[in-house]
Amino acid sequence: MSQAVAEPEGGLAGAAFLPRVNDITIRIATPNGSGSQSANLILMRSIFAMGIPVGAKNLFPSNIQGMPTWFIIRANEDGWLAYRDHTDLMVAMNPQTAAEDIAGLSAGSMLVINEAQRTLANRDDLIVFCVPFNALVAEVCPDTRLRKMVVNIIYVGVLASILGIAFEEIERAIDWQFAKKAKAAELNKTAARAGFDWAQEHCLVRSAHRLERRNKTHGDLVIEGNEAMALGMLFGGATFLAWYPITPSSSLCENLIKYLDKYRRDPETNQATYAVIQAEDELASMGMVLGAGWAGARAFTATSGPGISLMAEMAGLSYFAEVPAVVVDVQRMGPSTGLPTRTSQGDVGKAYTLSHGDCKHVLLIPGNMKECFEFAQEALDLAEQLQTLVFIMSDLDLGMNKWMSEPFAPPTKPIARGKVVSAEGLSRNGEFARYRDVDGDGIPYRTLPGTQHPNAAYFTRGTGHTEKATYSEKPEDWERNIDRLARKFESARAMVPAPVVENDASAQVGIIAYGSSDPAVQEARHTLAREHGVATAYLRVRALPVNGEVKAFCERYPLVCVVEQNRDGQVASILRSEYPEFATRIKTALHYNGLPIDAESVARKVLHRIAEEKGTA
Amino acid sequence: MTTMLTSPVTAAEVPAKGPKTNRIGLTQKDYQGAESTLCAGCGHDAITSSIVKAFYELGVDPHQVAKLSGIGCSSKTTNYFLGQSHGFNSLHGRMATIATGSSLANRNLIHIGISGDGDTASIGLGHFAHMVRRNAHVVYIIENNGCYGLTKGQASATADRGTRMKSGVTIQDAPVDLCTMAIKMGCGFVARSFSGDTQQVRTLLKAAIAHRGAAVLDIVSPCVTFNNHEGSTKSVAYARSHEEPLHEMDFIPHFENISVEYDEGTTTVVTMHDGSRITLTKLAHDHDAHDRIQALTLLDEAREKNLFYTGLLYYSRERDALDDRLDLVDEPLATLPQSKLRPSLDVFHQIMQGFQ
Ligand SMILES: Cc1ncc(C[n+]2csc(CCOP(=O)(O)OP(=O)(O)O)c2C)c(N)n1
Ligand code: SF4
Repeated sequence: MSQAVAEPEGGLAGAAFLPRVNDITIRIATPNGSGSQSANLILMRSIFAMGIPVGAKNLFPSNIQGMPTWFIIRANEDGWLAYRDHTDLMVAMNPQTAAEDIAGLSAGSMLVINEAQRTLANRDDLIVFCVPFNALVAEVCPDTRLRKMVVNIIYVGVLASILGIAFEEIERAIDWQFAKKAKAAELNKTAARAGFDWAQEHCLVRSAHRLERRNKTHGDLVIEGNEAMALGMLFGGATFLAWYPITPSSSLCENLIKYLDKYRRDPETNQATYAVIQAEDELASMGMVLGAGWAGARAFTATSGPGISLMAEMAGLSYFAEVPAVVVDVQRMGPSTGLPTRTSQGDVGKAYTLSHGDCKHVLLIPGNMKECFEFAQEALDLAEQLQTLVFIMSDLDLGMNKWMSEPFAPPTKPIARGKVVSAEGLSRNGEFARYRDVDGDGIPYRTLPGTQHPNAAYFTRGTGHTEKATYSEKPEDWERNIDRLARKFESARAMVPAPVVENDASAQVGIIAYGSSDPAVQEARHTLAREHGVATAYLRVRALPVNGEVKAFCERYPLVCVVEQNRDGQVASILRSEYPEFATRIKTALHYNGLPIDAESVARKVLHRIAEEKGTA
Repeated sequence: MTTMLTSPVTAAEVPAKGPKTNRIGLTQKDYQGAESTLCAGCGHDAITSSIVKAFYELGVDPHQVAKLSGIGCSSKTTNYFLGQSHGFNSLHGRMATIATGSSLANRNLIHIGISGDGDTASIGLGHFAHMVRRNAHVVYIIENNGCYGLTKGQASATADRGTRMKSGVTIQDAPVDLCTMAIKMGCGFVARSFSGDTQQVRTLLKAAIAHRGAAVLDIVSPCVTFNNHEGSTKSVAYARSHEEPLHEMDFIPHFENISVEYDEGTTTVVTMHDGSRITLTKLAHDHDAHDRIQALTLLDEAREKNLFYTGLLYYSRERDALDDRLDLVDEPLATLPQSKLRPSLDVFHQIMQGFQ
């Protein structure tokens, strides 16, 4: 075992060599279903507990067992946590992909591989750690059935030793992960110890990377967007959820169901203050949401692109009949099979005008965990305030990956129910006209079924109604109505979350981005400034329709690069049609290969646009 | 418009003169809606009248009713009755989903859903089956004319095999029997009737309203414009001449404290959730409405031999309604105050700690 470690040629272990501190990307390759998730989370947790900012991306296939998955942990003390294509430390536990995984490494990277596959580690420019995983796991885990899983925690022990994570950190993280399962915790600790001790003894070469304790995660959270959004729905007072399982949105619903069951029962009767239905398809889930919203529930559904397509007709009904509804779209590549577990921002354009007729919808676009939490609450309020469909555009990267986040603020804003007239209100006001623009904001008043008043009832239909909701096919009635809907949309413009803007007086380039692109864009700006001397301004769109600040931003910067995770620049198109006067300066920097967006590619694409402008591309 | 009354009026309050009123002081007119725009003689209008009468006679507070429908001539009729109730003429085939959502948002309302055979048996078949499976608390009425009226007479999935459409097309495919399907999906109230048999329709409607859970009424309702010809099994003439009631029915609402005398040999009494009773007096056919297998066999036989049995095919109180099963609070979800909807600050901090 003395040959467990191979040093690259040139002797990195020499005296002049200093390891990089707290800046590492670890890529762990395992077969799907091998139970590596908890081991990976323990590793991540221990880094977080050391006070080092850390995030993770789980690249997984549409498969339950056997196909390759990669779990990528990035720790960076400056807080750059976007996806990185570059790997500093590869843990090649999947023989099926090991050759490719190794070929993809750049010189000087570290590699941890099972001794049984040592022949695959045939490069001499890597720091290679060949670990006798089979022997180690056999020693600590007599039950052969469990070995496939237990081997994972052994590499965590090995990595802790190589990177300088104190073993107590790993132990604490194991206790945290297996809080209620003492036996599992014990087995994991023994196995991690075996890996750790083995590496202490055999991995004598200096690691190219080290992790050192900092104090940069105190009070922060590690959470997935689907968890954050489920919490937003819980505290936002959602009373109705209908859903149909689809990755990557299912975990939002499943998380919420757990929370609702625990926290949303009447303290006296223990009865539920919510209803959840797993529908027969997305058409049905959306129909149920509209039925519930019409009757006054705070109703929502969560789905992904394929479900959105099925909801198209219902989306129009919500818009024209003015029925509150919230749809969370956790975007993925689509349609059909192939890349359903890969992230995308490909639904934004479709969602914006989903359905037939002159439809325009409100989209809230969270860019971090805190916004996932807040926008869920906001969407429930806005849907009722505007009496219309409100989308929340999340994506697989936000929804299913582990993000570090500043703590969430407890909700303080009262739940907003919008313009609902009660029986007393009807008695006071006399007449009630469901679709009349009483306040000049295009938003009418509604009554809920069950309101005890002779004037309360109205008849809901998609099109062809007068102010009093009676049937009419008169051109002037309908024109007036859809003009009012357009006014309502203008009111929405002022009510949705404003963009986040970072202007820069010296910048000639303005970057516009949204959603999960934020960390990559922030890091790209840093790189552009530091390595290329390119100053950039930044505007992050947080909702559609866009408001005046976006226009001012486009006006200010001669080159506007819209960063999007789709092929056709869907938001860029929307901006060009909103502001035709700036259409020619609005360019795109697009990323659509299914991987989470990374800073390097954003920087490269923005530089390309700059070169194009100068005619040097 | 009459002023609404929240509680039944006592005899002393009932005006001595003026139009006849029901137990909550409303006239039959108060249960009417907008004027129908359907073809003169359309079966759907007869059902509308029966609905008006049933609700009037039961003395249901119209503010406590929600009317839902899909799209079709039949679905339009939600506008023609109960003008003081909220109504939702939604999307083709999707009424069951809208009704499910609404019935959970406000479990205290009576939900009445109107659909057509195209709406339910074709585009909405899946939703129908699932709503019934879940046992949502909805009275689901199919106004079955064997064709698509609103799109001008195309065949629907309930048209019987071998019958001829007005266009000359002869039906080759097997028909969908919505009553069979409802029973198979676990429905506890399944009835078939004929729009022209207004007495039976009305009795069935009252019973359906008293039932907690999904109640399915498949009512043959002739389309006099597109499917009323010789060779159709959904024409007025065919339905008139072929209808074979399974029993004579009577409905005794819970608020009527009448004791009925009946012959145990010929009459069965069904007691409902709210204490209302249905009496079924045997006719030529000896059908036990509590026997699921018998009901299915009867429907199979009817299909084989093109028989038109009407009445209460199956009744059971075994399954809880969806809102009961979900153990919802008594107060409608729709009007719960913030104090019931937003967990406390303590809970917030407790949850947050789990992520730190
Ligand atoms: C998605 C969709 N497809 C098609 C239609 C057209 N359409 C309107 S009514 C109808 C059929 C109505 O038939 P049925 O439900 O039997 O009602 P009837 O008019 O016979 O009472 C169809 C196909 C529609 N409105 N929506
Ligand atoms: S077309 Fe047929 S179903 Fe429609 S209103 Fe006329 S008679 Fe009735």
